Amino acid sequence: MNNSPFVRKPASVQSVMLQVLLALVPGIAAYVWFFGAGILVQLLIASAAALAGEAAMLAIRGKPKALFLTDLSAIVTAWLIALTFPPIVPWWLTVTGTLLAVVVVKQLYGGLGQNPFNPAMAAFCLMIVAYPALMSQWPAAGQLDFGTQLKLIFGGLREVDAITGATPLDALRTALRSAASPDSQLHGLRTGQLMDGPAFGLLGGKGSEWIALGYLVGGLWLIQRRIITWHIPAAFCAALFVCAGLLWGMRPDGFASPLFHLASGGAMLGAFFILTDPVSGATTPRGKLLFAAGAAILTYVIRVFGAYPDGIAFATLLMNILVPLIDMNTQAPVFGHKKD
Amino acid sequence: MLRKLFKFHGGVKPHTNKTQSTTAPIAAVPLPERLAIPLHQAVGGHPRPLVAPGDRVFKGQRIGGADGSLSSAVHASTSGIVRDVAPAIMPHTSGLTTLSVVIEPDGEDAWGELEKINYRSTPPDELRDYLRDAGVVGLGGAVFPSYAKLKPGKNGALKTLVINGAECEPFITCDDLLMRERAADMLKGIVAMRHMLHAEEVLIGIEDNKPEAVAAVRAAIAASGEKGIEAVAIPTRYPAGGAKQLIRVLTGIEVPHGRRSTDFGVQCFNVGTAYSIFEALEHGRPLISRVVTVAGNVAAPRNYDVLIGTPMDHVVRLAGPRADTDRYIMGGPMMGVRLPGFDVPVVKATNCILVGSPALFPPPPPEMPCIRCGECAKACPADLAPFEMYWFSRSKNFGKAQEYHLFDCIECGCCSFVCPSHIPLVDYFRFSKSEIWAREREKDSADSARDRFEFKNFRQEREKQEKADKLAAKAAATREKVAGDTAAAPAAAEADAPAAKPKPSADDAKRALIEAAMEKARQQKAQVAPKNTDNLAPEVQANIAAVDARRETAAPPAKPAAGKPDA
Ligand code: SF4
Ligand code: SF4
Repeated sequence: MNNSPFVRKPASVQSVMLQVLLALVPGIAAYVWFFGAGILVQLLIASAAALAGEAAMLAIRGKPKALFLTDLSAIVTAWLIALTFPPIVPWWLTVTGTLLAVVVVKQLYGGLGQNPFNPAMAAFCLMIVAYPALMSQWPAAGQLDFGTQLKLIFGGLREVDAITGATPLDALRTALRSAASPDSQLHGLRTGQLMDGPAFGLLGGKGSEWIALGYLVGGLWLIQRRIITWHIPAAFCAALFVCAGLLWGMRPDGFASPLFHLASGGAMLGAFFILTDPVSGATTPRGKLLFAAGAAILTYVIRVFGAYPDGIAFATLLMNILVPLIDMNTQAPVFGHKKD
Repeated sequence: MLRKLFKFHGGVKPHTNKTQSTTAPIAAVPLPERLAIPLHQAVGGHPRPLVAPGDRVFKGQRIGGADGSLSSAVHASTSGIVRDVAPAIMPHTSGLTTLSVVIEPDGEDAWGELEKINYRSTPPDELRDYLRDAGVVGLGGAVFPSYAKLKPGKNGALKTLVINGAECEPFITCDDLLMRERAADMLKGIVAMRHMLHAEEVLIGIEDNKPEAVAAVRAAIAASGEKGIEAVAIPTRYPAGGAKQLIRVLTGIEVPHGRRSTDFGVQCFNVGTAYSIFEALEHGRPLISRVVTVAGNVAAPRNYDVLIGTPMDHVVRLAGPRADTDRYIMGGPMMGVRLPGFDVPVVKATNCILVGSPALFPPPPPEMPCIRCGECAKACPADLAPFEMYWFSRSKNFGKAQEYHLFDCIECGCCSFVCPSHIPLVDYFRFSKSEIWAREREKDSADSARDRFEFKNFRQEREKQEKADKLAAKAAATREKVAGDTAAAPAAAEADAPAAKPKPSADDAKRALIEAAMEKARQQKAQVAPKNTDNLAPEVQANIAAVDARRETAAPPAKPAAGKPDA
């Protein structure tokens, strides 16, 4: 090394990614506890597919394989895919989604650090558009044993409608809509009563609220490790809370509570692990706040008024598009040019 | 009484590695066989040689006269015979040469006649000329001529005089030891500076990892009975010793890039500079030596009082370099420069000779793409977004890089230090800056007619000047023969009048040789450091002036702007 500095902090992309993976562990543990070990199989499938896709693309692009395969960034993408896809999608769907993420969204855009879109969320959107039915089957907690899950993942068994329902978010929305219609047998029921169903827990979906808690714990640890900053999670949660609180405050019977929104679906995963992806997210402190608040509002709108089970993925992609604009307009004043 | 301190954004905490070299007091160095003293050691004009091969010189005799409005004199660091006045390798990564005076010591180490000065009764202008001719420059690493900074600014008085004893670079302890051992004398220098600047208060900023230095300075202040001078322990965080960062920490003022700190009522000097001002005023001794830390890959890291011009390996030998030594770095590990050899001379900018080895400073892991994690921005003390500047530097979109305040970068290295992708960010910024200067130069040279015209004028002026010089030299030689007096006082004479130098043996042939060498040095300099930057914004110009000078002087700063013109 010819130029200063001659010393460096022992930091690496690999260690950053490794810490992100570790931070996902509490959430994964809760996942396994409530929904069975099938998710572990999905994590493995996605990881293998990600590494294979990455290796092939690195070979084609003539990049050093050992260096980039061990940076663990592909594994992070793979895990986010496995954790956002329904746990019982067939293996080929996980593989296709992961390959799309790694090969198209990441490597074709130039590889590590170059992708404007969050690879995992782009894959989620593509897959839910291509396979809306498969991507909307969410088993309830404790509903399927490991054997059934394996059968669903690897072979023939596809009586999905019979054994799986929609996500709590989806279920509640459908229920609320039909409760509003005079023809429905649910007509007149209140949100609280609707949420008495077996799919719901204390705050959100049964079991999934514990997973959300796991992600929250892992995410706070990432903040403490200074891998991510507080801006995105805080702004996302605050904005989602405010949006949900406004409508819920006006009509508690027509809308889910803010806490339900925070504890449901991918909110925590999104706040701490998806939107905080540095590559595709905003980078300035003020930009992060805007970026995350925007994502929260979009998420809420899609959840409540859209046709998809959760809005995080689309919200993330939409905000990804705005990142250059946000970053450019939120540069902090430099030394000596602050107005204070 | 606790003073309210301010924070600067970012910064890093590298291992300080300072304790190793602070166990023993500052040591003397035996005279080397030869000293090579570069004439150009400070920001500003290239001093003109005042001696020729064969001349006898005394210790402290002026051998290079300040040239131009901003320039600083250079002196013989010991008595002996001038063996050569020729380009010699300078302590800079480039490996370029610079006109140097080679002296063979006679072993006497005999001072010439020294003239003291009473700063209280001397008019400010004379005092500044005196300090210019005593060669006093900023010893924090930026080597900006001190006399030019000893003006109170447009308000006629200064609120705060900041004295920089922070010494934030790892390994370096020369200021620490200086404060421990010479606090009382340093304080006298500070009092003189306060007098010149009409400063209301003096704050001496010292990082709190140097409790002994803080105590020593406080004791000296108490013993002196001086009021309005305070030694302040500041949190240890690199680069707290950057002039702007230190001013911010002590006063809360942020001096923007390209502005003079005196406009904000502040001026900043290094503790070593204060000590050399004391030496110059109290004893009439010009700046011919400095405290240098030898640290790193040596058995016994230590501080030495080193004569300017001493070959570095001569000093390092005393500290016992280890066998796997592969380089010397001038300055610290964060901002130091790798030197082209082991025998380069110690100059006024040399605060530390950091002895390196592949084990001590291993090459960085392979560079990865930027993942936009923002670590660099969190660490940047100038509040920049290094990764954005990196992106634009890489794609050679220099206009955009400038929009992201490339020229506010103080090259402190914090961003490179923290980057998990091991990107040599500072290298990209140095590269971009030099590319931008080069482009400005090209743009300007398009206006070649004007250039040629100006050059012609310049040459004619120069020739006239040289003729006058020759006449003056002859006259002086005659006068001296008549007077039979060959001693030369370092301080009394006009800056660029060679009349003041004892040069009975100087003949025109020698002079021509020296002129040719100087011209060559000048050309080299022009290659490295472009001028013609009139079309740039004033703040860019100011930066160019600073960095420019740094690049050409063989004296790149080891600390951010400890004596920069704008700080
Ligand atoms: S620290 Fe390195 S990887 Fe992170 S944003 Fe800065 S340049 Fe990019
Ligand atoms: S080198 Fe420049 S960009 Fe990097 S941290 Fe220092 S001031 Fe900021």
